[in-house]
Amino acid sequence: MELTLWTYEGPPHVGAIRIAASMRDVHLMLHSPQGDTYADLLFTMIERDGQRPPVTYTTFQARDLGASTAEMVLQSLRESAERFKPQVMLVADSCTAELIQDQPGALALGADLPVPVIPLEMAAYTRKENWGASETFYQLVRGLLSRQAPAPGTERPQRGADVRPSVNILGPTKLGFRCRDDVVEIERLLASMGVDVNVVAPLGASPWDLQSIPAADANVNLCPEVSDLTCSWLARTFGMPTIQTIPMGWGATRDFIAEVAEVLNLDIDVDAVGESRLPWYSRSIDSTYLTGKRVFVFADGSHAIAAARVARDEMGFEVVGLGTYSRERARDVRAAAKEYGLEALITDNYLEVEARVQELQPEMVLGTQMERHIAKRLGIPCAVISTPAHVQDYPARYSPQMGFEGANVLFDTWVHPLIMGLEEHLLHMFRDDFEFNDSVGPSHLGSEGEGARSLNESGEQICEGNIVWAFEAEKELKKIPFFVRGKARRNTERFAEEQGISTIQVDTLYDAKAHYSN
Amino acid sequence: MSGVIASSAVEHHPGPQSQERGQRAVFCGLTSIIWLHRRIQDAFFLVVGSRTCAHLIQSAAGVMIFAEPRFATAILGERDLAGMADCHEELDRVVGELISRRSGINRLFLVGSCPSEVIKLDLETAAAKLQAKHENRVRISAFSGSGIETTFTQGEDQCLKSTVAELPALASGTSNLVVLGTVSDIVEDQFRRLFDDLGIPNVHFYPGRKASDLPAVGRGTRLIAAQPFVGETARALIERGAEMINAPFPLGAEGSKAWFEAIAEAHGIDSARVQQVLELPYQRAKRAVASHALKLEGKRIHFLPDSQLEIPMARFLSEECGLSINEIGTPFHDQLMMHGELSRLPHDVRIVEGQDLDPALSRVREARPDLTVCGMGIANALESEGLRTKWSIELVFSPVQGFDQAGDLAGLFAKPLVRESILEVGSWS
Repeated sequence: MELTLWTYEGPPHVGAIRIAASMRDVHLMLHSPQGDTYADLLFTMIERDGQRPPVTYTTFQARDLGASTAEMVLQSLRESAERFKPQVMLVADSCTAELIQDQPGALALGADLPVPVIPLEMAAYTRKENWGASETFYQLVRGLLSRQAPAPGTERPQRGADVRPSVNILGPTKLGFRCRDDVVEIERLLASMGVDVNVVAPLGASPWDLQSIPAADANVNLCPEVSDLTCSWLARTFGMPTIQTIPMGWGATRDFIAEVAEVLNLDIDVDAVGESRLPWYSRSIDSTYLTGKRVFVFADGSHAIAAARVARDEMGFEVVGLGTYSRERARDVRAAAKEYGLEALITDNYLEVEARVQELQPEMVLGTQMERHIAKRLGIPCAVISTPAHVQDYPARYSPQMGFEGANVLFDTWVHPLIMGLEEHLLHMFRDDFEFNDSVGPSHLGSEGEGARSLNESGEQICEGNIVWAFEAEKELKKIPFFVRGKARRNTERFAEEQGISTIQVDTLYDAKAHYSN
Repeated sequence: MSGVIASSAVEHHPGPQSQERGQRAVFCGLTSIIWLHRRIQDAFFLVVGSRTCAHLIQSAAGVMIFAEPRFATAILGERDLAGMADCHEELDRVVGELISRRSGINRLFLVGSCPSEVIKLDLETAAAKLQAKHENRVRISAFSGSGIETTFTQGEDQCLKSTVAELPALASGTSNLVVLGTVSDIVEDQFRRLFDDLGIPNVHFYPGRKASDLPAVGRGTRLIAAQPFVGETARALIERGAEMINAPFPLGAEGSKAWFEAIAEAHGIDSARVQQVLELPYQRAKRAVASHALKLEGKRIHFLPDSQLEIPMARFLSEECGLSINEIGTPFHDQLMMHGELSRLPHDVRIVEGQDLDPALSRVREARPDLTVCGMGIANALESEGLRTKWSIELVFSPVQGFDQAGDLAGLFAKPLVRESILEVGSWS
């Protein structure tokens, strides 16, 4: 039993619904009690879909248990096959149905439906949403393609000299983070390399489209949370190479281009493919103030790893914390964190993340909507970089995270919540200005987060352990703008502790400042 | 527990009635926690369930409440289900963790879910054991919000019913009035002023703002429902001697007037005084409704089942705003609670209890009403087909009861139509 306030991921069957909702001509029959239809609003409200996801929920009640739930499965299957005429019927249990063991998959296979059936086992009590999406996509692709598989050991035929190179883009789904725009951006990027896109899946694909996956030269594993399993199966079964680089950020986009060129054996000049404004914007003199800003990164595995690289190498931030809620990606994130000299935070407990942010006092948080709430509470600027995300992170405008345009978007999105360079200086100089003081927040953001900040202010702990702040020192500390005050307080207290000082005086504050200024 | 199971045939409504079974697009009772945890400020709701339960509550709440919420989920894992971990010991640990973390909690509800019901986890016994352990610290009890037994608003009914046994006995020879069902704080304050003006003493709102605000109940208790979804609690109070006052719900100018009149009559208050007290707020409510009614008059409305507020809302809209009712779908039709409503409905209105989603949507598409009241999962799907909708969840989440909210209530229905008329982009037809 695990105590949970907020959850980063839904249950695995929500992952299955994401696959069904992303595709065309697929229907999911979900054996479930009343209430599970809440999943519909994730799609119609958060992503603003104009239709319900293609799911039929059996909706069993207490009185049906032990008597007619299996009959309800068969009836729902027949009615939804008749009404929606899908090319493929997916069949799964939600958490409660798993307990009553009706085996709807087996029932469906034996029901002589006029449509191919793919049964799913969703492991509701051990797994979560992204696993469910990955498993569903894999079962669907394997179910549709295994009959086409060549004999083991068969050599994959070389692409003819007159045939254009092509790839599949695998992984993007509904309710993914900016998947809609990332697909467009990566298609453009590939087009400018002379590479055709054979199939994009699951987003927008039909089962019929999936059948032609093996016709491409390679697979782009764009969202490993969803497509890793499928890409490795395709590599094993059809000898299709996988392109692993996630083109998020300027450097990773260039690496992606280089990897595509290598895998497809193309002679391509990376500089000629495209360009982003990020390198110049980051070198532009006004960006100097970004240097060494301490950022905390927490997201799904791929976005966390990619964001950390952009943060350090392309924005000049200091990554002070890196983590993920996705246990399936823990190994990769741990390895990445090592490169930044950090211990990765692997947890799906929101309170643990909050405690870490509080402890690290970063100047910026790059996270999910959960971290947006944490940051708001603590008065720290934040940009959302990953699911789970809320409706405002499904914007009307074109706003990819990947490719060269994605790099531009990252630069803008991450700079926006911060106080800009000269304003930061003026706040340092004239703290008591009645209109433009730091409790008002960045001037271009109006009064956003003001209430939250004053909450943080009042909750500020001025005495830690055995160390006490003298009144004058405390007053001096308050002259330091809020966005660096936490860091100054922490450093001073650490310094005092190391030096065996029990009461912090104004001089201690400046001694600490000198000690840590490097 | 009758739960979501359809009741016997409706007797008080002469029009067409039917029951439907099948796929339902209605939340389960756990969703009630979203308003209950805000209403009862020192209560904590611990759902014993699955990741789905946790995800449901946070998704249905729409926006996350960014203070630490007063609800949580104890998620059952494979070890619990396989019997490798003793669920009661685990619950003991989780509750201990929670109580030490949240010092302001005086009341803890263990809330049963579909998985906990199916594995027959006895939360009432667990609550009793935990109570013994935390005797002087926090009051602990259990109720079920599971989807196999309750729909959406029935969660509140189960929650309240679980506390009825704790209500103190009303001293003989005394009397009081219990107003049953969550109303917002502002509505409670307005109602209290009117009860004072009418000269009705000893009024208790149930649930109150504090978990310890428990009304006494007994032979001198008069009971009036402020919400339609508290039928089982009403029956439990009647069993303890309360006398139920029959009235329509306090929605709209007429509904509010009839509601207060019925209460005043039960208290034997002089009708001239009643008219004098109610006249001003009644006229104010009429004026407020009238401005919105202009935009609503002559339109056709269709209710899909959601909160059990469908019948009183339809009554208000047809009686006061001039709408015609295409169909009233309701998840559960409780005759005891609808007694004061049905006679005020147009006689030919079709009432459908329960739901079979796809055929129900087909009827909406065929009728093409001007406005469809439905759950959040369906609204955008209908909008994209050119149909205007109103989220029914707002009717539960906004202050809509009483004279001074009557205009706001009409406004909630008028707004989608107003929006259609002012937007110069896109098209709904």
